[in-house]
Amino acid sequence: MSKSVYIEPNYTYGDHTLYYIQQAAEHGLYEIRGLGAKRRLPNFDDLTFLTASASRYPLEGYREKCETKTVLGTRFAKNPIELGIPITIAGMSFGALTAQAKDGLGRAAGEMGTSTTTGDGGMTPEERRSSKTLVYQCLPSRYGFNPDDVRQADAIELVIGQGAKPGGGGMLLGQKISPRVARMRTLPEGVDQRSACRHPDWTGSDDLAIKLSELREITDWQVPIYVKIGATRVKNDVKLAVAAGADVVVVDGMQGGTAATQQVFIEHAGIPTLAALRQAVEALEEIDMVGQVQLIISGGIRSGADVAKALAMGADAVSIGQAAMMALGCNARHYHMDGQLVDATEDYAALGTAPGHCHHCHTGRCPVGIATQTPELEKRLDVEWAARRVKNYLQTLNMELTTLARACGKSNVHNLEREDLAALTIEAAAMAKIPLAGTDWIPGAGGY
Amino acid sequence: MDTMNQSAEALRFDLGESTVRDLNQYLHHELAASGVRHIEVTNPNGQHNIAVGVDAPVSVDIQGHAGYFVGGMNKQAHITVHGNVGWSVGENIMSGSIRVKGNASECVAASGHGGLVVIEGDASSRCGISMKGCDIVVGGSVGHMSAFMAQAGTLVVCGDADPGLGDSLYEAVIYVRGSIHGLGADAQEEPMSNDDYAKVADLLERAGFDYDLQDFKRVASARSLYHWNADHHQEY
Repeated sequence: MSKSVYIEPNYTYGDHTLYYIQQAAEHGLYEIRGLGAKRRLPNFDDLTFLTASASRYPLEGYREKCETKTVLGTRFAKNPIELGIPITIAGMSFGALTAQAKDGLGRAAGEMGTSTTTGDGGMTPEERRSSKTLVYQCLPSRYGFNPDDVRQADAIELVIGQGAKPGGGGMLLGQKISPRVARMRTLPEGVDQRSACRHPDWTGSDDLAIKLSELREITDWQVPIYVKIGATRVKNDVKLAVAAGADVVVVDGMQGGTAATQQVFIEHAGIPTLAALRQAVEALEEIDMVGQVQLIISGGIRSGADVAKALAMGADAVSIGQAAMMALGCNARHYHMDGQLVDATEDYAALGTAPGHCHHCHTGRCPVGIATQTPELEKRLDVEWAARRVKNYLQTLNMELTTLARACGKSNVHNLEREDLAALTIEAAAMAKIPLAGTDWIPGAGGY
Repeated sequence: MDTMNQSAEALRFDLGESTVRDLNQYLHHELAASGVRHIEVTNPNGQHNIAVGVDAPVSVDIQGHAGYFVGGMNKQAHITVHGNVGWSVGENIMSGSIRVKGNASECVAASGHGGLVVIEGDASSRCGISMKGCDIVVGGSVGHMSAFMAQAGTLVVCGDADPGLGDSLYEAVIYVRGSIHGLGADAQEEPMSNDDYAKVADLLERAGFDYDLQDFKRVASARSLYHWNADHHQEY
């Protein structure tokens, strides 16, 4: 009679940890990967809406208008950005993504009346043409950054950090440094390209003020200047960005994505978006700049409910990156070519992964032709098809947002407020400073 | 502003009376149709962002010291600062030239894509950081970590170079006439070729310096960090 096998769970050295140790022991390298944090973190799912009933009066969901217009950059810019919806497309580089993917995002955003953002590789003519409203990033690397593109941008976003790797630079591996990418970045083809973690021409908050002023001078004070930070010491950083003269502050939480960085960074640096948003709002409240400086939150925004909760907590708009890529087809089982759906499962398997689990943007071997610079793979993204999907996704988010807003009795999504929310977990209640559902308790508030 | 010497081609901006914004707006807009080819800026008094974002074939003489970012993102213009400058003179310069008669603070021509920047005195640390194709000639010495992560272009140093020179270089090339007090990661001294001598001679002539070419040493990338390698992890 054989002895029965009992597999005792090990919460210290579980499968994931064991795999990590064995990989480290085999290769002597830390893991580099794409996308964002995968660990369980308090997030917008841990909040719920207290929609109207007897004490609040709802609006008719299918009939009464709910305004979504969003204006960004009202502080100093002569031409603030006016968007149809409070959902923007986050900065993603040409290099990390194909020019076609950027084109698709631009077309979809344009149809929905919102903005897209360049990335760490400069502005491509395709995305300028396809994006009605384009935010041009000024990053530490300054790859492809030039005054002609500065002058044709609708806003400038000075990037200090991003949520996936606050305090860290980037690494675009050589397989994605195609001739065009190399040319735009003034680099040799195939080199493993490092993106700097600090700007080359300024350091510290006093310098930041002068830098923002330079960008304003170059653009004749016409367009809004954003400052983007990765969420760590959010209160201080938001206040410094405002003191330096930002029109808009973009706060990217821990769940924010990247095309490639160290796994240890993605999972172990920064604070969750939920906590970052509350701190950012408090910072603006403490310096009496709510309404003067607009706040964009990003990092793991996935649904219309997430958008609505972010706005209720005090954001003026949200920005989405990974979710927009997924709408393009990232992690889908199929890609669309010549009117047919083609199964890409084998290509995922060749990367050692499967649809729904892929984070191999850094390899350049994207099975669905989004995060690649290989011409054969690029053909897998049907731009029109992908743009339609992103447009549909944005439309869905907006419908969900307005549905929740109307149910809260709001004729404008920007009227959503903290009182419309309750927390479902103690962690979320503490981080978001929203009372735990069914109580008046905010952990930490009032000394409790 | 006023016209100088009754010449329609010359104009004076007194930054004691006008603002930097007035000057920049003029350079960006009215200048094109004005026929003005030379602008003199008086009383700069160390102000920041003087003559940034210019895209016109104009000469600008700044009579005094300038602060940060003077000549930032310059295209076509020829700017001369008759004094010292703060951080990041000629940052992201695309074309044209900038000449500083005195000394320059940190990050000269940071991320510059083209054009020529001449510092007649010394330049502080990170001179030529992240440069992407511009040429820089420094009459004196440069501070530490100069040409850090420089991607393309040429830095000529007629004096000495402080430690960390050329750290993490890509394809930019550095020439130093004096002492090199330490190279950065992946930077190495290489023999001078005839092409190198010709390049240095050309840049010295354009900068207005006259030195014995035989005194210059070439520093370029060893290219050992071009591909990520765990064994080099402390050097990235």
